[in-house]
This record gives sequence, structure tokens and C-alpha cells, in this order.
Amino acid sequence: MTILTFTLILLAGAYLAGLVGSLTGLGGGVVVIPLLTLIFHVDIRYAIGAALLASIANSSGAASAYVKEGITNIRLGMFLEIATTLGAVAGAIIAVYTPTNTIAILFGAILLFSAAMTIRKKNQEALQSGSALALKLKLNSSYPTPQGEVKYYLKNVGAGFSIMTLAGVMSGLLGIGSGALKVLAMDSTMHIPFKVSTTTSNFMIGVTAAASAVVYLQRGYMDAGIAFPVVLGVLGGAFTGSKLLTRLNPQLLKYIFCVAICFVAAEMIYNGLNHQF
Amino acid sequence: MKNDNSRKLTGDHDIEQFIGMQLRVGVIGASLIVLIGGIFYMLQLGGSPVPAYHHFVGTEAGFTTAGEVLSGLRHGSPKGIIQAGIIVLIATPILRIAFSLLGFILEKDRMYTGITIIVLAVMLFSIFGGLKV
Repeated sequence: MTILTFTLILLAGAYLAGLVGSLTGLGGGVVVIPLLTLIFHVDIRYAIGAALLASIANSSGAASAYVKEGITNIRLGMFLEIATTLGAVAGAIIAVYTPTNTIAILFGAILLFSAAMTIRKKNQEALQSGSALALKLKLNSSYPTPQGEVKYYLKNVGAGFSIMTLAGVMSGLLGIGSGALKVLAMDSTMHIPFKVSTTTSNFMIGVTAAASAVVYLQRGYMDAGIAFPVVLGVLGGAFTGSKLLTRLNPQLLKYIFCVAICFVAAEMIYNGLNHQF
Repeated sequence: MKNDNSRKLTGDHDIEQFIGMQLRVGVIGASLIVLIGGIFYMLQLGGSPVPAYHHFVGTEAGFTTAGEVLSGLRHGSPKGIIQAGIIVLIATPILRIAFSLLGFILEKDRMYTGITIIVLAVMLFSIFGGLKV
């Protein structure tokens, strides 16, 4: 196969990954790693490097729109980024001492968890009173809805911060945005309305991914020949996905993709157990 | 009003608008650089066989330091251009933290100025901390 053919096929694959990642809410990076390792037989370290870049591009692209709408809680994002960046740096350090097969198995497990998180019930309720710590840290805020501005309050700040650290470690170790863990921390633990937690999580993914990306870049995980079609493809796919999402509510599509993702996760775990990476 | 911080703080809106624009410019700029490098890469090496990507070579492949990328750019190396675009992409969210810091300083929000400095410090440690191995 020539580089041209490889690049074109990878570009198309990355486009689909970005599209699926955007429609399901899983994120393009999560889909791109199995695509590169299982189908293109690329070393998982190159796949992690490329996926991190795709996560940064997606997060920054989407966040630019959400931030303008005023849904994102920038203070909350900044406060929790202490946890995610520290975690991400730790994850990038641990990665050196982790066998690639273990990383593949862990990736499969996170993939299963992420699929389960996308189809669970979402928290729409805004809390009417929050914890003292949330008040002290100025984390309570409001966000625009069709019915006007809605105030919301937070609780369990400490627990949320801890889960965010874990999300950071996973992001640094596996090269993904860890959106599912971030939403778990904000949505289920801190009781933030779904819309705010997803956009704030998205806002944070770029910074979290950048924290480990700078380490991986220096280690040679980012290969220009792989990164170039992956970044452009995933970004294009995610853009198409966001346009489609405003026109259709892909509930059924979401379930189908989640089942498909479960098979991919099983394949990653199986191959990892058989030392295929 | 002093204890009611659920209200949007003054000045927040402008910073949000600015950050939104900065992120957009960063991503679009990085994508264009990567695309230009990618086109050159295809023109130059499109016909060659695919490198053995199942075999990880790490830093041996080059373009892993700012110096290598800069010298690649000077020589018009396609991989150097792509890698420069990648650096712009990674710098985009890091720059966002710096702009947030500026915003919090202008708002005289001491606590969040401190929090943002911590995040920026972690980032700088990650870049210059020699975590390569």
C-alpha cells in the first residue's frame, strides 16, 4: 500500500470516527484508537498520540461555540482543571511503565463504561441549594434555557474533584478525552444540570489532553503521517455530526452505536489478553 | 449582593466571547497548517510504501523537539510543517488558560487568579519538566 492510499483510507475512517463520536457523544478519539489499532494495525502508542490531538481539536472547536452561548461554567472548568491536568501528567508518567496490552485492556473497559454512560438517564434538575464549599469557590452559576436563565447550585465538590483526577489519569494514560468520567463527576456527583456538565466537560477536555500531549509529543507518539489524516478527518466528521444533531435526535442511532462500541471494546480486551498489541 | 455569586460576574461575558474566538482561530489555523503540510507530504511521498507503523520508533523519527520542528520548517520539510500545525493545536488550549488568567486578573478575582496560575504551572511543568521518559 502506498502512503497516498493509506492516508485516504485513514482520512475516510477518521471522518466516520468523528461523526460517530459526535452523534453518540463518546468523542472522536475513543473511536479512532480501535480504528487505528484493530484495522490498520498501527502501534497503540501512535494511536494514542493521534487520538489526543483529535480530542484537542474537537474540544476546542466545540467549546468555542458553547462558550459564546454562555452555557459553559468557566470557573468550575478552571477549578476542576487542577485535578484533570495533574491527573493527566501522572497518567503520562505511568504510561511509560505500563505494557501496551494492559493499556488496551484498560481502554476496552473505559469504552464499555463510556457506552453505558451515554445511554443512562440524564440529570436535568438544577439544585436549589448547594454546599458551603461550592459557594466559597464561586462555582454556583446560571445558564440560559428557552425558559430564561436558570440558577443552579453544586454539592459534593470534593468527590467531584477526586473523580476528575481519575478522569485526568485515564486521559493521560489512554489518550482519550475521558468525557464519560468527567460527566459522571459533574452530572451524577456534583448534581450539575446535564447541559452545563457536558459543555463544561468538553471545554476541559482540550486542556486535559494538552497536558499529556506535550509529554507524548516529546516522546515521539505524534507521527505526522498518522496525525495529519486523523486530525482533519475527525474534525470534519465531528463538524458534520454537530450539524446533523441540530436537525435530528438520534436516540435509536445512539443505541445502535453503543452496541457496536461494546463489540469493539470486547475485541480490544480480547486482543489485549492475547498480547496482540 | 455580596454573597450571591450565582449571578454572572461582570466582565465574564466579554472574556467568554474572547476565549470562544481564540479557540476557534487556534483550531482553524492549526488545521490549515496541517492541511498544507499534508498536501506537500502527499506530493512528495504519496507514492512511497507505508512506513511500518506497527513498529514504534519513538523519538528516532524526529520532529519531537521545538528545535527539530523549526529546522524542519526552515527546510520546508512536509513533516515539519505538519508537526508545526500540531504544536499550534496543542498550544491552543494552553493559550486559553493564559487568557483566562488575564481575565481573572482584570476582574480582580484573586482566588481564580491563583487557581488559574496553578493550572498554568502544571502545564509548564508538563512541557519543561523533562517527563520525556
